[in-house]
Amino acid sequence: MNAPLARQWDSLRQSRGRRLERAASLGFGREIPVDRIIDLLEAVIQPGDRVCLEGNNQKQADFLAESLADCSPERINHLSMVQSVLALPSHVDLFERGLANRLDFSFSGPQGARLAKLVQEQRIEIGAIHTYLELFGRYFMDLTPNVALIAAQAADAAGNLYLGPNTEDTPAIVEATAFKGGIVIAQVNERLDKLPRVDVPADWVDFTVLAPKPNYIEPLFTRDPAQITEVQVLMAMMAIKGIYAEYGVTRLNHGIGFDTAAIELLLPTYAADLGLKGKICTHWALNPHPTLIPAIESGFVESVHCFGSEVGMDAYISARSDVFFTGADGSMRSNRAFSQTAGLYACDMFIGSTLQMDLAGNSSTATLGRITGFGGAPNMGSDPHGRRHASPAWLKAGREAYGANAIRGRKLVVQMVETFREHMAPVFVEELDAWKLQKSMGAELPPIMIYGDDVSHIVTEEGIANLLLCRSPEEREQAIRGVAGFTPVGRARDPRAVENLRDRGIIRRAEDLGIDPRQATRDLLAARSVKDLVRWSGGLYAPPSRFRNW
Amino acid sequence: MSLALAVRKSWFEATARARVAGLLDAGSFHEILPPAVSQPSPHLAQLELPGAFDDGVIAGSGRLAGKPIFAIAQEGQFMGGAVGEIHGAKIVGLLRRAAQEKPAAVLFLIDSGGVRLHEANAGLIAISEIMRAVLDARAAGVPVIALVGGSCGAFGGMGIVAKLCSAILISEEGRLALSGPEVIETVAGVEEFDSKDRALVWRVTGGKHRYLMGDCAMLVEDDIAAFRSGATEFLSGWGEPAPSIAHLRASQQALEKRLAAYATYRDGLQVWAALGVAEPENVPMLDRDSLVAVKEGLPT
Amino acid sequence: METLNFCFDSAPVLKGASPALCGVVGSGNLEILIKTGIEPAACRVCIKTSARGFGETWQAVLGSFAASHAAGGTVIAINDMGATPAVVTLRLAQALAEYQGGGQ
Repeated sequence: MNAPLARQWDSLRQSRGRRLERAASLGFGREIPVDRIIDLLEAVIQPGDRVCLEGNNQKQADFLAESLADCSPERINHLSMVQSVLALPSHVDLFERGLANRLDFSFSGPQGARLAKLVQEQRIEIGAIHTYLELFGRYFMDLTPNVALIAAQAADAAGNLYLGPNTEDTPAIVEATAFKGGIVIAQVNERLDKLPRVDVPADWVDFTVLAPKPNYIEPLFTRDPAQITEVQVLMAMMAIKGIYAEYGVTRLNHGIGFDTAAIELLLPTYAADLGLKGKICTHWALNPHPTLIPAIESGFVESVHCFGSEVGMDAYISARSDVFFTGADGSMRSNRAFSQTAGLYACDMFIGSTLQMDLAGNSSTATLGRITGFGGAPNMGSDPHGRRHASPAWLKAGREAYGANAIRGRKLVVQMVETFREHMAPVFVEELDAWKLQKSMGAELPPIMIYGDDVSHIVTEEGIANLLLCRSPEEREQAIRGVAGFTPVGRARDPRAVENLRDRGIIRRAEDLGIDPRQATRDLLAARSVKDLVRWSGGLYAPPSRFRNW
Repeated sequence: MSLALAVRKSWFEATARARVAGLLDAGSFHEILPPAVSQPSPHLAQLELPGAFDDGVIAGSGRLAGKPIFAIAQEGQFMGGAVGEIHGAKIVGLLRRAAQEKPAAVLFLIDSGGVRLHEANAGLIAISEIMRAVLDARAAGVPVIALVGGSCGAFGGMGIVAKLCSAILISEEGRLALSGPEVIETVAGVEEFDSKDRALVWRVTGGKHRYLMGDCAMLVEDDIAAFRSGATEFLSGWGEPAPSIAHLRASQQALEKRLAAYATYRDGLQVWAALGVAEPENVPMLDRDSLVAVKEGLPT
Repeated sequence: METLNFCFDSAPVLKGASPALCGVVGSGNLEILIKTGIEPAACRVCIKTSARGFGETWQAVLGSFAASHAAGGTVIAINDMGATPAVVTLRLAQALAEYQGGGQ
C-alpha cells in the first residue's frame, strides 16, 4: 500500500511569500508611490483570487477600486469579489472589463440597475446577496480574501493605520485577510509621523499608498428636518405613544428614513410631554444621525454605538464622549460588525421603512430592473432566536406573541410607512415585485428584506397593527389590510373583521391612542431645519454645504 | 439649550397666510378678493394645470402696532411665488389704492422667483406694472417695505421690485438677486456658479451678504415675531423721502464704485474681507445679533 | 389635469362659519375651500387635480370623510398637486374644523 501523498500545509503562507517577493523584485517597499499602484496590484494579485474591496455606507476605498479596474485583464482575471457594498462605477467596471466574474456582496444602491443588466447578460455570477453579518461571518469561513484593498485615514512610517471615525468594516476585513495568508493594501488620506491612535497595527498591513484625494464619504444619514411632513409627524406620534411608551423600549435601532427622523425630533417635545424621558430610547445602535442631536442635548440618550460616522458630526461626537464611543485621542471609533451584533442581539426594537409590503407582512425594497440587496436591515429587523437575556419590552412582546407562559421573549420589529409613496405608488400590494425580480434574475430566493413572521407592528397614517396578537394568517391579513389606507389592498378589507380587530386592540387608530390628527403639525419637531440642528449642537455640528440655506 | 427653538415660528416655513396673520395685529387683516370670491388663473387652466383660488397672492389691509397698513403676501409654495396675470393685478390694484388712501405703509411680503413663465407676456407686463405701482405709491408718500425671508427669496423681476421698495427687511434664509443660481449655472456653466453648493449660493445671494453689502436696511431672525418687531421698529423711524434726482445720482455712483471694487470677486467671502470683516469665514455661522455687531463695527 | 365631481350623503354640519381655506397648492399638497351649500344632507365636492386617473381613490377618500364626519350642507372645492390620500384626509379634517370656526 502506498503512503498517502505528502501534503503541503503552508501553501497560503508560501503563496503570500511569493507575492511579496514579486513586489520586492519590482523595488516596492511598504509605501507605494501613487503612480505605481497598478504595477503593485498586478504583482500581488493573481488570476482567480478572492479580492475584498472595502467600501460601505460611508467611506470607500475608491482610489484602489479605480486602480484595480485599470489593471490589465490579461494579467488579472477571474477574480472573485467580496464586498459589503457595490456603490461606485469602478466596482461594476471590474466586471464589464473582464477582471472579475463572481460577486458576493450585501448592498448595491446606485449601481443596482447596471448590476441587474450584467446578471441578465450572464457576465457576472452572483454567489449570494448577504446581510452584513453574514458576509463578515463568511470572511472567516469560506470567503476569506486573498487580497484586501482597504481605506484608512492615515498611516505612519511603520505602516500602522489610523481609521478615523469611519472605522466601519475595516477591522473585520483586515482580521480575516491578515491572519489567513492574505495581503492587505491600504489607501490613506495622509501620512503622519505620529498617529492620533493605532487602529490597525503595522504587521497586519503589507502596503500603503497615499491616495491622490481623500476617500469619498457620502452623507447618507443626514435627513433635513425641513422635509419632514405632517403625516410623518402623525405616524411618529402614534409610534411613540402606541409602541415606544407601551413596551418601554430603551434599546433600539432606527432606519434612516424621514419617518424615523420625525420620531427622533419628537423625543424632546412630544415624548418629553408624555413623561417618557429616561423611560425610552436611552441606548442606541445607530449611525450618528444629526436628527438625534436634540434628543441627546435634552438628556434622552445615554449611549450610541455607531456602524460608521456621518459627515459633519465629528466635532459634536468628540465633545459628547459620554454618549458616543471614542478613542483616547477624542475621535469616534465605529465598528459595523459589533454594532450589527448589538442591533441583532442587544436591541429590543428595530423600526424602519420599506417600499413594498405584502399581505403576509413580507417587505422588500427591491424594484424591477434593479438589484439592491439588504445591508444590515435584515440583521436588525429580525427576531433572534439565540437571544437569552430578558428585558421588559422583550418579555411583553413575547407574552403577546406566545401567550402568558411564553418561554422566550420577542423582539419588536416595526415597519413604518405611509400607505402611498410619491406618485401614488401603493406600499401595500398583493404580490411583491421581489417575486418577479427573482424570476428575471434566476435567483434562488426572492429578495425579501424583512420576513413577515419577524414583523411585530405596522405603523401607517391610518393606525398601528399589532401582528403579535394575531392568531391566524387570516387575522394577520385583515390586520394589514386594516391599516393599508386607500390602497387597493386596503380597500379590499373585510370591514367587519377589521372593526373586530380594532375592538381587540390589534388595530389602533390615532383616536384610539388619544391623538387628534390635527395636532400633528411640524411645530412639534424639536428642529425644523438643519440650522436648528446646528443651534442645538452649540455650533459643533458642521453640515455639508448641500444641506445649508445660510 | 431650551425648547425655545420649538416655540419659534419660522417665517421661511410658514405659508403666506400664516405670515400675514402673525405679522399684523391679531385679527386685524381684511383680505381683498379672498379665495372664495377670487379666480384661479385661466392661463394655467388652459395648460391643464391646477390653479390656486387666490392665484398665489394675498392682498388687503390691517394694522401693525395700531398703524393702518396694507399688506401683500406671495405664496412661495404655489408655482414658486411666480407672478401671473391675476396675481400681478391684485398686487398692482392694492398699490394703486395705497397711493390714494395713504396707509402708513405697504408691507410687501416677497417670496417669488419672478415672472410666471406659463403666462409669458401677461406675467412680464404684470411685473412692469408692479414696478411702476411701487414707485407711484412711494411718490405719493407711502413707504413700501419689502420683507424677504421665504423659500423662493426675491429673484428675477421680483428682485428688481424689491430694490424699488423704500427698504428691504431680510432674514438670513432670505435671498435677493436677479438671475437665480440655477439659471446662472445653466447659461454660464457650473464653473461660473455651482447652484448645488448651497453655502456658496447663500454667501452670494443670502440675507447676511445683502445686509453686509448695505442692500437691506435690516437683518432679522427667521421668526415671524422678529419680522413683526423689525417692521414696527423700522416704520417708526422712517419718513418716505420725496423722489429726487440727486439721490438717484448718488445711488448710481455708489453702484459704480461697488462694481469697480468687487466685480472680479467669485465669492461672498472675498467681498466680506474687502469690506473689512476680520474673519469672513466665520460669517455664515454667526447668529443674527453678532452679525449685526460685525456690520456696525465695519469701517465706513 | 382632471376635474372630478362627487356628491355624498352626509349628516348635516353642526355649525357653518364663513368660507374656510386650508392648505396650499404646492407639490404633494392641496388646498381645500369649504363653502355653505343649499342641500343640508349632501356634501358636494369638485376637484381639479394634476394627477390623472385616480377618480376611484378620490371617491373612496372623500366617501370615507363624508361618512365619518358631519359634512352635509357644504360645497367643497379642491385644487390638488398630487397629494397622497393621507394628506388629503388630514387637510379635510383641518378644513372642516376651520369651517366650523374652531381651527385647531
